[in-house]
Amino acid sequence: MPLKDYEQTGAISVDEIKKPGEEHLKRGVAIIECVQEIPCNPCVDACPFGAISMENLNAIPQIDYDKCRGCGRCVSVCPGLAIFVVRVRGEDGFVTLPYEMLPMPEKGEVVDVLNREGKVMGEGVVTNVRVENKTGVITVRVDKNLIMEVRNICPKR
Amino acid sequence: MRIKEHPILSFERGRKVHFYFNGKKIYGYENESIAAALIANGITQLSKSLKYNRPRGFFCGIGKCASCRMRVDGVPNVRTCIERVREGMKVETQEPLAELPSKEFDDKGIDTLECDVLVIGGGPAGMCASLEAAKYGADVIIVDENLRLGGQLIKQTHKFFGSRHEMAGKRGIDIARELEKEIVENRRIRVFLKSSVFGYYESDHGHLFGMAQRLDDMSEKVYKVKCKSAVIASGASENFLVFPNNDLPGVYGAGGVQTLVNVYGVLPGKKVLMVGSGNVGLIVSYQLLQAGMEVKAVVEALPKIGGYFVHAAKLRRFGVPIYVSHTVKEVHGEDKVEGATIVKIDENWKEIPGTEKRIDCDIVCLAVGLSPSVRVVSLTGADIRYIPEAGGYVAIHDDCMETTRRGIFVAGDLSGIEEASIAMLEGKLAGLYSAKRAGKDVDEDKANEYRKRLEELRAGPFGERGRLAKEKIGRLWRECH
Repeated sequence: MPLKDYEQTGAISVDEIKKPGEEHLKRGVAIIECVQEIPCNPCVDACPFGAISMENLNAIPQIDYDKCRGCGRCVSVCPGLAIFVVRVRGEDGFVTLPYEMLPMPEKGEVVDVLNREGKVMGEGVVTNVRVENKTGVITVRVDKNLIMEVRNICPKR
Repeated sequence: MRIKEHPILSFERGRKVHFYFNGKKIYGYENESIAAALIANGITQLSKSLKYNRPRGFFCGIGKCASCRMRVDGVPNVRTCIERVREGMKVETQEPLAELPSKEFDDKGIDTLECDVLVIGGGPAGMCASLEAAKYGADVIIVDENLRLGGQLIKQTHKFFGSRHEMAGKRGIDIARELEKEIVENRRIRVFLKSSVFGYYESDHGHLFGMAQRLDDMSEKVYKVKCKSAVIASGASENFLVFPNNDLPGVYGAGGVQTLVNVYGVLPGKKVLMVGSGNVGLIVSYQLLQAGMEVKAVVEALPKIGGYFVHAAKLRRFGVPIYVSHTVKEVHGEDKVEGATIVKIDENWKEIPGTEKRIDCDIVCLAVGLSPSVRVVSLTGADIRYIPEAGGYVAIHDDCMETTRRGIFVAGDLSGIEEASIAMLEGKLAGLYSAKRAGKDVDEDKANEYRKRLEELRAGPFGERGRLAKEKIGRLWRECH
């Protein structure tokens, strides 16, 4: 089998992700960046809306964007920290991401926003922080065109 | 250097204690190992090589290698990574061939212990085996060389994969605490820590092992342990890699560094080169970032990342580069690591001249696989074979985890290198059947359920190696019978 790019780089391209529609983005929707068959399914149990399904323990999780409400329950549960929630409101985009580093950012803080390769894409404002089982679930406001790119933050402190 | 703040961990270091290193007074904390306390004080040379007197540092951190042996309170060859530092302790570097102890010990005699099931190794497999055997009424003794139960779970700060049955979503450190609590509260289970099984002897009934427990005065108490059956779950040790200067202090096992950082909160350096992109290399790299270290690069000799994509992605979004088809050409430095050169390799594993890159690092972590620790099981005369997919020599066993020596069972990495969730299930299987061998009534439907879950965990592409190993082992078992 030919090697996939992400098997060499550790970063997937946006093209490999199922695109949510405009309605989904308005409501907020979970983007699952889990592309290999690995034996793991806590995300399926975590979803209160039954939006995530797997045929068996090793299958790649499938998300039904129509059922997803963007609640983000799966974000802190995923052991691979591979689930993000994206949302669009007017010109603003919001990305909710798992974060397990110090310092934990605070609400209102301006942070650098990074892409899947750790490259700084600009700045964002932290709009929500909750910590679940020591995993921070951070929501950051960014340019709406960046919601499928921004996957990490770096506090400026 | 000690970690002050950590996103996941809080370190219970205990009271500050003073001790002596080669006559100089320094301090550590009572819950630290000697090696951890030394490294926290910036002391990286712990021993010397036998032949050329080269400086040697820490490597495995769990008592499996010989690189941290020192003279402690007059006793030579103490594995300082699994001995606690104590007030007033005298720690000295020893000559490669150590002098005999200067200390005199009382004869403590040899006591005899009896149990239904002896479990050797207190990691995920051994803990689950003990609990399972005790569930069916077996009296269990569990033995581990380390300072606490939990094996390598005690440094796994990430959340586990798997399904709900395997405690998926829980962090390894929390799984370790839960299992430890269950064991300590179980009246059928006796725990012997700081204890090593060193021999297997002829016996009229059942099995007879020799065991030595390390005492606080640096002496040892020897026991004969009689049991009806035994589960050996002695785990694995980290593999080494050949390159110039691979023995310099600063070239450490990735798991060894993970122990220093996550168990003791001690940072052995600031800038890391990780060699190997299997799950161990990727997970440890991420955990070193969490501890405040800088991971300069991950190199992988194969043309693709070995571990899960999701673990690689976690590193990449912090800007850590992963170089596939690359290896370490050499490590630089006189008596400690002062940098490394990596180089690209072609499909025949030949270095490509002109592709060298200098990496500015003070730590090189080796995450190039594990080898099963078969020494104890081999003492029993169980049939041992070399199975590449299992990671090396393993004891041939059936689907009840019983070796070719009746009543001797294996579980976990020792029976073939796989993941902790698999080790826990194998432990349960071995525990159940060892209780049966000890004459207890067991529920074999449960055993079938465990087998089914094992099959599920191994069903995907990442489980292929383990699956192949177990198929080969099964075939060899049938040939033996």
